Amino acid sequence: MHYKFTNKKISGILSVVPENCVKFEDEINNYGFSQEKMINLQKVIGFNERRIVKGNECTSDLCIFGLEYLIKNNFIDKNEIGAIIYITQTPDHFMPPTSFIIHGKLGFKDDVLCFDINQGCAGYLYGLLQAFLLLEQLNNRKVALLVGDTLSRRAYYKDRNVYPLVGDAASVTIVENTDEDNEILLNMITDGSRNDWLIIPAGAFRIPSSEHTRKIKHYPDGNQRSKEHLYMNGPGIFMFTQTDVPRAIKEMSQFASLPLEKVDYFMFHQANRFILEKLAHKLGVPVKKMPNNIVEKYGNSSSATIPLAICDNIGDAIVDDSFLIFMSGFGVGLSLGMLIMKVGPLDFCDILEM
Amino acid sequence: MDRLLEILGRIRPECNFETAKDFIGEGLLDSFDIMTLVSELEREFNIFIDGEKVTPENFKNLRTLKKFIKEYLDLGNSELVVEKTPRS
Repeated sequence: MHYKFTNKKISGILSVVPENCVKFEDEINNYGFSQEKMINLQKVIGFNERRIVKGNECTSDLCIFGLEYLIKNNFIDKNEIGAIIYITQTPDHFMPPTSFIIHGKLGFKDDVLCFDINQGCAGYLYGLLQAFLLLEQLNNRKVALLVGDTLSRRAYYKDRNVYPLVGDAASVTIVENTDEDNEILLNMITDGSRNDWLIIPAGAFRIPSSEHTRKIKHYPDGNQRSKEHLYMNGPGIFMFTQTDVPRAIKEMSQFASLPLEKVDYFMFHQANRFILEKLAHKLGVPVKKMPNNIVEKYGNSSSATIPLAICDNIGDAIVDDSFLIFMSGFGVGLSLGMLIMKVGPLDFCDILEM
Repeated sequence: MDRLLEILGRIRPECNFETAKDFIGEGLLDSFDIMTLVSELEREFNIFIDGEKVTPENFKNLRTLKKFIKEYLDLGNSELVVEKTPRS
């Protein structure tokens, strides 16, 4: 469904990554890769190094670290926040909502609306959509949109389909009303029929955790994982990114009456370098306009990859200038979100290490 | 087309691609192997493969893969050959 908003803006983005950096070359023995294969995968997919939490840190810890930094350095006033939207697939608990935990730890006012949304790769778009809807009621209060995941804790180290790709990260985005009459267009597409293509099959209520679900199994492709680890239908997801995604991007471009060459940057979910290069080619977009360097520097951190790509690639420029950005997130669900808006100049756009 | 077997052998040296009937179903190739294979084929045959053509059917076994590559190399079938200049 298409959505259209005006008089809303992103006023700042802060991404937070764990200090712990792991290198692909140190992990190749987990997968039985030869040196030659490692070099190929580094070149093609972009495997290099990634940031993952070292122990039991949660996504909310990264978010709180970022929020505390913003409050302490006067980038945001806690009292101005009217809502906290928390997008993650790695909550602290089944209940309560993690946004309430964040609210409590940071002492936000009791009229601050808090809720969690379970979303991944398209999560940033879901969060922005919710923020824009809420701002219709919030007047001069702002939305703190928190997105991120620590899925390294749910990926098995001997599953080469997933583990070398996954990174942990979070991002804080402040969204607010503005007098600027800027048009924001969104389109969200849902395909629940492919819900098992990216899934952690067991450990919740449909298949509760048990000795059986925790047992590591060997699969024909040589990968190992339990039913409580992240599974990805790799070939299926790849096809999704090469068929559904470019088709939807082109349709969105037509809906917006916006030729793609007029877009300054395509900040897309950082699935991996190969997928993004193929997408850029398919869309006829210069690779330099569609950054694909996040997997090689940080890993794929689901909903946090779009804000991380913005911070890493144009963080310095966007605090002084504005850019027309086409964002797209695609993956778990399956979900596909697209957004076109002018972003900048921002009050802040940076990356912190925790 | 022996080059094809050489490329496959470089990606998964431990697998017998000549006898396998279903590379993906039998676990010879995972998604990253397929992406690596596409990249290697592009380099080896100087083609640019449209991601939309990277289907499980085309990459099912040696026969389908040979047919797929042959179509790319066949100048008469320009629909599959998107262009000959890969990434910048």
